[in-house]
Amino acid sequence: MGRAKTITRRSLLIGSFAVAGGVAFGGYKLAQTPENPLAVKDGVAITPWVKITKDGITLITPHVDFGQGAYHMQALLIAEELDLELGQFTVDPGLPSAAYWNTAVADENVPFQIDDDGWIAEGARLGLQGIFKLAGLQVTGGSSSVPDSFEKLRRAGATARETFKAVASERTGVPVAKLHTRSGSVILPDGTGLPYTDLAADAADIEPVQVDDLRAPSDWTLLGKNTERLDILPKSTGTLSYGIDVQLPGMLHASLRVNPRRTGVRRIKLRGAKEMRGVERVVHVTGGVAVVARNTWYAIEAARAIEFVFEPATYPAEQREHWAEVKASFTRDRRDRTWRHDGDVETALKKGDVIEQGCQAGYVAHAPLEPLSAVVLVQGDRAEVWAGHQLPQFAQRAVAKIAGIPTDHVTFHNQYSGGSFGHRFDLGFIERAAEVARQMPGTPIKLTYSREEDFAQDNPRQIGASRARGVVRDGRIEALDLKIATTSSTQSLVRRLGFPFVTPDPQIVHGASSMPYAIPHLRVTGYKVPELAPSTYWRSVGAVSAGFFAEVAIDELIHAAGADPMQERLRMIEDPASRRVLEALAEMSDWADGGAAHPAPNQGRGVAIVNSFGVPTAQVIEVTHTQAGIRIDRVFVACEVGTIIDPVNFENNVQGGVIWGLGHAMNCEITFSDGAAMQQNYYDAEGMRMHQAPEIIVRGLESGGKVRGIGEPPTPPAAPALSNAIFAATGQRVRELPMYHHVDFI
Amino acid sequence: MAEVAMTVNGAPVSAEVEGRTLLVEFLREGLGLTGTHVGCDTSQCGACVVQVNGMAVKSCTMFACEAEGAAVTTIEGMAGPDGTLGPIQAAFQEHHGLQCGFCTPGMVMSAASLLADVPKPSEAQVRTYLEGNLCRCTGYQNIVRAVMAASGQAVEERSQ
Ligand code: FES
Ligand code: FES
Repeated sequence: MGRAKTITRRSLLIGSFAVAGGVAFGGYKLAQTPENPLAVKDGVAITPWVKITKDGITLITPHVDFGQGAYHMQALLIAEELDLELGQFTVDPGLPSAAYWNTAVADENVPFQIDDDGWIAEGARLGLQGIFKLAGLQVTGGSSSVPDSFEKLRRAGATARETFKAVASERTGVPVAKLHTRSGSVILPDGTGLPYTDLAADAADIEPVQVDDLRAPSDWTLLGKNTERLDILPKSTGTLSYGIDVQLPGMLHASLRVNPRRTGVRRIKLRGAKEMRGVERVVHVTGGVAVVARNTWYAIEAARAIEFVFEPATYPAEQREHWAEVKASFTRDRRDRTWRHDGDVETALKKGDVIEQGCQAGYVAHAPLEPLSAVVLVQGDRAEVWAGHQLPQFAQRAVAKIAGIPTDHVTFHNQYSGGSFGHRFDLGFIERAAEVARQMPGTPIKLTYSREEDFAQDNPRQIGASRARGVVRDGRIEALDLKIATTSSTQSLVRRLGFPFVTPDPQIVHGASSMPYAIPHLRVTGYKVPELAPSTYWRSVGAVSAGFFAEVAIDELIHAAGADPMQERLRMIEDPASRRVLEALAEMSDWADGGAAHPAPNQGRGVAIVNSFGVPTAQVIEVTHTQAGIRIDRVFVACEVGTIIDPVNFENNVQGGVIWGLGHAMNCEITFSDGAAMQQNYYDAEGMRMHQAPEIIVRGLESGGKVRGIGEPPTPPAAPALSNAIFAATGQRVRELPMYHHVDFI
Repeated sequence: MAEVAMTVNGAPVSAEVEGRTLLVEFLREGLGLTGTHVGCDTSQCGACVVQVNGMAVKSCTMFACEAEGAAVTTIEGMAGPDGTLGPIQAAFQEHHGLQCGFCTPGMVMSAASLLADVPKPSEAQVRTYLEGNLCRCTGYQNIVRAVMAASGQAVEERSQ
């Protein structure tokens, strides 16, 4: 694959997070391993992930679980090597620590595409990894939990296992080679089992035994098998405690009224809110007030009674101004980088009839089902926090700053979350809770967002548009010049977290520059729209817009060339993994040879393939054009990852990612008027409901190569495949997300 | 303030509540039954569904005092006293009908009303009946399979 060969030294050194290196969370040197944060009484902590006392086994699972199954996945990796059965241990996210620095998230934060494995890109990744280690940055996100954990957690399990064998050997005199482990015990040659819990105290006295070799996949008993998620039982009985369920003695409840324009307040009229039933206090917070009451509903009701005159937004007040800015961004000034240039696009475009098209994709909120909440207790020079967050150390730091205490005086308890999708990267909800708690020391404060407040304060995904120019010749695509202009959600978030951001943002074209095709003349260029409304990561980040732009443009050119959308993609595809995926998809969807199953006249099918987060994912979507609108009938999905750790959860994530992609493509957007989001609740941005959900048939291929996460890659191909299917069924091209501006859905 | 009395999961409860206390608030904050969730508090999402006298009700749309004398069942009342899962819960477990699980209690409670009315629903009936329950994660396919299985009907094996 041809790629831009030039790279400036500056962008090599400064990845989007690299500047974080200046703010070390501890004084770690690059070569040093952060110390083990676990302190264990009457037992042992072998590695930062395995804690065993005589009373039980706890596996530390620092990637927080907001539904993607991270706790289960992490526990499986440790348990596989430690020979534990499900049910023999509990899991705990642990406290934030540099020991849990993310070794994989650097992959998406260097100024290279994730599938670029050239030496410069790999070098930059290593460099950035070093800085992540230096900063001890603990991150859940970017589909990085699996790649980060795959080796190191199995190694942690193996280290603990061999350590227990060494202890057992010392205790019994049986040589280590004659011992093995099973079901939480070291087994002696005569079959006697010594439970790890009995060996724990002695294990504390020896150096952990380092292990070089991990078990071969053929020996796995848990990984790659269908297992029952650890949290499924408490979740289906209503006994699992989410962040929003945290109860502390003496706790009071807060509800916010803050400026939806993200600026300050001109005037406030309390209108008796202080005297309303249940209300204890009304306190000032950044951008407005919080009502503190005996329960959440009292707080919400009183907060609603208050009248405000807010300051205007610093970004454009009206949505059309946002679009105008996006569309004015295809300029030399705003060119961020040409990420790919194969052949000679300029000359090729001059030689043929140029076909032009453009797409756009609006802001979308995250709106996970559990509204944001945080509990903060400030007491003396200490604080405690209970909330679900993807960057726990940043949450800790933010509270410390507000409370005016050292960071290590803040204890952060990460909580189960009812979804995040990137929502819990931002710190606003934790900061507001801390501002209230600081003013009411000694009282635990639980801040709960109403759904309306959650929508109003959401920093949505990026907004953007594309311009494509192409030439077809002899039934083939000859040239494509794809320009993509979006705001940078990475830049917006990273700056809010307190760091400058200076590199080109690979997310602007993520999923487009990695298109798997050999087109004789192909160029993909990113343009950075200056920040408008603040935005943040949203399930699949840049790939949700760039993938849509690329695969709709490709489909239009294939149509202009008079070719079949599947056959032509198969012909053009160059990347071997993508080819395997698309071939599997063609076979599954019965579209292998021009299509054995011809759809009825009012039906259509569309295909799209997007390679995001290192995972080529392809979908065929079948739709029917009915009197009442478009019905989405069936979706076929094929994708390829290195190893599928947990097949059931894998499929769940794939199906979820597809519906996430489709539902938002259908009807979800955030638009601004007078500087505030116009959408307030699910009735304004509904997504897909159960009666609309298609059947989804999934096939996951395993390459055995680099391990990848699956939380995000299934989302990007859904919208373009849907658009392409609608075209096949109706002859209408839908070039905008959300699509309900142009077509009705059943 | 008014005195309100009802049975919740078979146990009689009574308390002083303000007239406009919502049923969901009474359950979650009054009784500590946090299995009933709030996702929207505007009857959009179905996370708060409980049964009132056997009928599925969005408990964010009902005042506690309107449940005076009623028999209320929440997700916590769906398993047996010994912890044995109810058939719908067991089917959610077996068919992996959840991810973050925040929608699950509402799904289980809505499904229970459906199956009480229509013991062997078609897949289309399940989908239509549960239309008011949002799953944002979104595991609709396995939720439908779980409800079909809970009604004793065969469900297809997983894809792959
Ligand atoms: S909380 Fe009652 S329907 Fe959403
Ligand atoms: S499992 Fe998360 S909302 Fe349904």
